[in-house]
Parts: sequence; C-alpha cells; structure tokens
Amino acid sequence: MVDGAAAIARGALDAGCNFYAGYPITPASGILAHMLRELPKVGGIGFQGEDEISSIGHCIGAASAGATVFTATSGPGLSLYSENIGLAIMMEIPLVIAISQRLGPSTGAATASAQGDIQFMRWCTSGGYPVIVLAPTNIPESYHLTKRAFKLAKRFRNPVFIATDKDTVMTTESVPVDEMINAPDWPEIPTEPVGKPLDPYQINGTIHHYTGSSHTEEGYITKDPDIIAQFNERLKNKIESHIDEISLVKADLQEGADTLIISYGVSARSMEAVVIQLRSQGEKVSALTVYSLWPIPEKKIQDCLRGIKRIIIPEMNHGQYRHEIERLVNRDIELIGVNRVDTILITPEEIMETYHG
Amino acid sequence: MVEPVPDTYITEENLPYEFCPGCSHGKVLGALSESLKQQELDPSEVVIVTDIGCVGLSDKYFITHAFHGLHGRAITYASGIKMQNPDLNVVVLIGDGGCGIGGHHLLNAARVNTDVTVLVFNNFNFGMTGGQQSVTTPLASITATSSIGSIDAPMDIAGTAKVNGGGFIARATAFDKDLPGMITKAMNHNGFSLIDIWELCTAYFVPKNDFGRKEMMDYMGTLNMSSGILQETDRPSFQTSYNHIQEQTKSQKPMSGLVLETKFSSELDKPLRIVLAGAAGQKVISAGNLLASAATLSGLWTSRRADFPITIQTGFSVAEIVISPEPVLYSGIVKPDIAALMAPEGKAKITRLMNAMEETDTIYYAKGLGDVDSKAKQLPLNFPDSTIKDVRKNIAVLTAGYLTRQLNMFPFEALKEAVRQIQKPKIAEINLGVLSHFE
Repeated sequence: MVDGAAAIARGALDAGCNFYAGYPITPASGILAHMLRELPKVGGIGFQGEDEISSIGHCIGAASAGATVFTATSGPGLSLYSENIGLAIMMEIPLVIAISQRLGPSTGAATASAQGDIQFMRWCTSGGYPVIVLAPTNIPESYHLTKRAFKLAKRFRNPVFIATDKDTVMTTESVPVDEMINAPDWPEIPTEPVGKPLDPYQINGTIHHYTGSSHTEEGYITKDPDIIAQFNERLKNKIESHIDEISLVKADLQEGADTLIISYGVSARSMEAVVIQLRSQGEKVSALTVYSLWPIPEKKIQDCLRGIKRIIIPEMNHGQYRHEIERLVNRDIELIGVNRVDTILITPEEIMETYHG
Repeated sequence: MVEPVPDTYITEENLPYEFCPGCSHGKVLGALSESLKQQELDPSEVVIVTDIGCVGLSDKYFITHAFHGLHGRAITYASGIKMQNPDLNVVVLIGDGGCGIGGHHLLNAARVNTDVTVLVFNNFNFGMTGGQQSVTTPLASITATSSIGSIDAPMDIAGTAKVNGGGFIARATAFDKDLPGMITKAMNHNGFSLIDIWELCTAYFVPKNDFGRKEMMDYMGTLNMSSGILQETDRPSFQTSYNHIQEQTKSQKPMSGLVLETKFSSELDKPLRIVLAGAAGQKVISAGNLLASAATLSGLWTSRRADFPITIQTGFSVAEIVISPEPVLYSGIVKPDIAALMAPEGKAKITRLMNAMEETDTIYYAKGLGDVDSKAKQLPLNFPDSTIKDVRKNIAVLTAGYLTRQLNMFPFEALKEAVRQIQKPKIAEINLGVLSHFE
C-alpha cells in the first residue's frame, strides 16, 4: 500500500537525488515532507524555501555545485518557478521538477485533480526552448518515470518535468511489490551527456562561470550574433534531435480497429478500463498511452494511425493535447475530446458514451 | 591557501571596468580582490554570485568561479551553492535594486543564517535601467520615476538583515579605507554576513540630486545611521545546525512502502465502491485504511482516497475505498455501491453521490442520519448492543467491522489482521477490543 508521493520521493532517492528544496502546496506537499525527512538520513540536504522562487533558486545553485537536485510543486508554484526554469535551460542545469496538477485557474480547487498544466509546463518560460515532460498513469510508473527523469536531466542537462496530479500523488493504492522493484521494459537512457558534461564548482577544479545571459561556451557574456545563434540552436537541437530516444509510449493496438483512444496521466487509467470493457464486448479498439508528453512523440503517435478513422482523447482540460495531435494526423481522421474541468476524474462511462457516439 | 597568492583576483584582460566614470563599483570590486588576497584564497575556493544591474557586470572581472543569475535571486543561488559545498567561499554582489525585488530572500537568508557573504552595492537608484527610484532612494530625491521627489520611506538594508538574525551585519561606504578588512571579517564569520556598502551613482543619482561623497555622509548622519559592525553573533550557521540533523537521523531507517502479504482469500467477484462519510475526529480515514488493507491482505486490489477540509479537527471527513478482484483503474467514485453515514457533516458532503445511487446500492446510517433522498436501500448501522459505550469514540472502526460482517468482501479475520499490521500497538489494542463485539 503506497501513494504516489512516496513513490516519487523513493524514485528520486533511488536515482541519487541529494538535494531538495521546495515550498508547501497541496497536492505536492507529501513529496516535500518525504524528501525533507529522508535526505538528512543519507547525508543529503532538504530545505524548505521561503517561497517557490527561493526553492528552485536553491536547487539551481546546489546543482551548479554538483548536487543532484529535485523539487515539486503544483500549478500555482510553477508560475513562480517560471523565470528560474529559463535560467536552468540557459545554464544547462539538470533539474527534475514534479508538478502535481490541481484544478485551476488560480487557486482553483487545491484538492482536485486536473491536467490543465500540460501546455504550461512546455511553454512555462521565456524564449520557447524545449523541456522534457513525463506523465505517469499510476504509482509504479510514478516511481520508474521519476528515476528516468533524473537520467534524462543528466543526459540533456535540462529541466525535466514529471507531470502528475492530485489523484496519483495522494491516493493510497495496493501495488504488487514486483511492479515497484522491476523496471518496465523501457529503452535505457544512455549515460553520456549530450554536449558538455556538468562542470560543478570544485576546489582545485576548472574555473567555471555560469550565467543566464547569452554566453560563450566558457560562460562569458557575449553579444556576437554568430556565437549566440550557435548556442541557442544547440539548446533546441540537443532535445529535438533526440526525440526518438526520449519518446516513450504504450501502444495497445488491435488489428482491424478504426478507433484509437489516446490519453496520458490519470485519465489513461479510465481509457484502459474502457478498452478492457469494449474488447470483452467484441469491439475492436486501439489505445495509446503517452508517457513522454514533450517533446511530442510524433513518430510514435503516427505509427498508431494505420486504419484509424477516429481518435478519442480523454484529458482533464479543454483539449490541450488534442490540439497537438490535430496537427499530426490527416484531416479525414475525426478527433473527439472527452474533457472535464469540474474536479471529477473522467469516468470510463463517459469515454464509452463518446465511443458509441 | 594558495601559493603564490595572486597579486589581484581581477582578470587584467577584461579591464578597464565598463562602469561609468566616477562610479564606485570598481572601488568595491578592488576591495573584494584585496580581501581575497588577504585571505590567501585559491580562486577555485571562491564563487562570486552576481545579481542583475550594473553590479551584475562584475562576474567577468574575477578569476574565481562565478554565477550570474536572475534579478533579486542571487542570495538563493549562493545559499544553494554553499549548502551543497560548504568548503567554497560564496560572495554575493547585489545592488539596492536586487535587495528590493529580492527582499524576501534577503531577510530569510538572514534568518536561516546560511554561511554566505552579501555585499550590497547601495547607490540609491537603478543605474542600468536609467536612474529609477529604488527601495533605498532617500525621501524627496529626484529620479527618472520620481520627477518631483520620491515619497516612499527608504529601506534600511543592514537594519533589515540585522533584525532578522543575520550573524554578521555591517554598514560601510565605498570610500572606507578598511573596506577590504571589513569584507575579510564578514567572509570569516561562520553564518550569514552582509555589508551594506553606500556608494555613488555618478550617471544618475549624483547629478540629479547634488549628492556627492559629503552629502552621502551627511545623509547617513541625518538618518542616525552609523557605519561599522552593527551586529556580530555566534548563532550557529545553517550548516552547523543541519549537520546536527544529519547526525541525529543517520541511524534512522529509510522510508519504505507498507508491504502486506496475501494471507486470506476473498470471493468478491466485482468491484465494490464504498464511501465512509463522517466528521473530523471520528478516524474515518483510518477506518478506510483498515478496509483497504484488509482487502489487500485478502488478495484484492484497492485504492483509498481521502477528502477533508484544509483545516483539521473540524468539518467533514470522507474516505472513498475501491475494493476489486481486478486492478483498480478508475479510482474515483461517482456512484458508490455502499455508503456509510457516521455524522451529519459527512452526510451533507456526499449528497451528490447518494443522489446517484440506485436501488441495488445501500446506504447504512448511524442513529439520526437516516431518511436520505436517494433511490438506494437504506439500513441502520445496527451495532451490537454491547458496543454502546464505544459508539461515540470508535464509530468508524465499528462501521468497518459492521460492513465487513454485512458485505461478503473478505474474512473478518483480515480486518483484525489489518489492525495488527498497520496500527500502532496502543490503538490496535483498542480497536481489536472494539471489533471483538462482532464475534
């Protein structure tokens, strides 16, 4: 019996996290409490900042000195992380951030799940540079994707999000022990860094300058358009040229199906329930769970479209991922959203009704 | 210590400074270089963290490590660096502007007493953006954003750090001959240190306000502010205190999940969605955990959601439990199979759920909570007579026992085993006593 907060915290610790700073916010406070209790036991540091800005600032500073850092918040806290996420991108700081989504806008409903921050995570900072976003659908995946997030952050020296929600983080569930222990059959992330490895401040080490300003590879401010162009192209390409490596989905395709259901996070569980039910009734239906929401696993999505005439996309927002899928598919495929923004998880029955039109 | 000690910690190749003629910033950077020399520090032992503004140009002049981040946040990065690597000497260079936008970080770093040194380049206005008023602009001063004189009381930066417990707090001017010595004292202090260094912005503040060196000293006098060390305490630094926490906790066991092995069996053939609705203090969530754990011990799949107000010990408390022979995919409950009402607060909270219930569903209610507007069957929670004195204090565990007896979910023994495995011995003893009434 375990909840998502414990699974995520355990995942972070098992990934070698030794520094956490965060600020209390429902529904992410459980992660903060676990990390602040556990880190000193293993010689790490857990710090409660005076606000979210300070918390992520401490993480970035500690990472520049070599720490493996982690923080967690919810949508309102992500607003305050925004500017520093840009700094982490610019300084190429490995940084894992869990977002336990709650219903917005604003304070919204603090104790209700939502998936309204999917686009916000992708576009949360100035400049539009890419980030990586992973979305677990259940507790074992929360653990394994958290570990994976640390590998990706180290490899790409970039912020990596774990997009989760109140229900995944705060619901206690029975989980088979072997699903927690054994990693799913996902491709390994190579350990060698893309670009320069992290060069932490070290006594007797190379002198290193980190800066949020446009800079040379040595860390000195520059206004040279050629150097800036080269640097910024690299920031973009280091993620986008590795989409195949980052892409992670679960494709459950059925021969002869003309309907594909695509979902992610907690809503994917309702999708799975519907697929089981439909197939038991003799219907043919395919399903795609997207684990790597950003960068969009375009090829993996397109690989699922053979024979598909209709795509149903359940998500707890007004269609944020549906609009992304819209541009990937032929116009003759019908796209239908199942959307809820009223504190209640999308039910299998609603998806079923949409399926039967 | 390094040998040979560099003559200067400033990179000659980047000189001269790009500061405006007469600007005091260069003097303070020189004093910092001199102080590092006094301390004979290896450049790789020092990290200079710069804020935004003219002072933010400073990082490139040093042969040390450097970090140039966002406006107002320099102290947070410095604190993170120091926490991770306490052997580094971390110095923040920040302006009065940075102390305004980052005032929250300033006063909290003083509270936390992280062992970083903050040098404030306080020249009473924003230089880089064109001479706007800042938090330290003297009353009635002319700036780009106070054309006939500023009307806001100036902030006392050193005083703010002082009252919030900063270990070493001083006020100085860029013209002080002993500024390098003062910086050395600040850096050698084990804990938060700050020097509020008053200086001149010759581009904007000086010409607009006839504010030269003499006027600045007079101004300090009119405010009854003094230069020199304002506070020096031996309060333990963050690192010292945190090391203590690490020492005290290192023998504690790491976190682990609650492992419940299947010991019983169940004949449940479809998911059962149960809602326990009561009031704070009735241990409703705990009873929900017992049902979920008992089901897990019986080889079933479970989920348990809790709903309660932000405040505790008041209002409703609702536990939603799904028990199923198959993995629980949808953990929400929009239509319970079973609802148990233990208090008016819980009853009111789940009105919507009870409205959705059908004839095949059942609502069990405690005394006085019947007569619900719902199609569901409604039955009283008929606890054994012997439990009368337990009802007030232990209604939730009684309800868990009652439901276990009424519904064919799992053996009653599994519920008792759950009590033994997940509850603290004292509470388990009480609850096993309560449950014995059902045998």
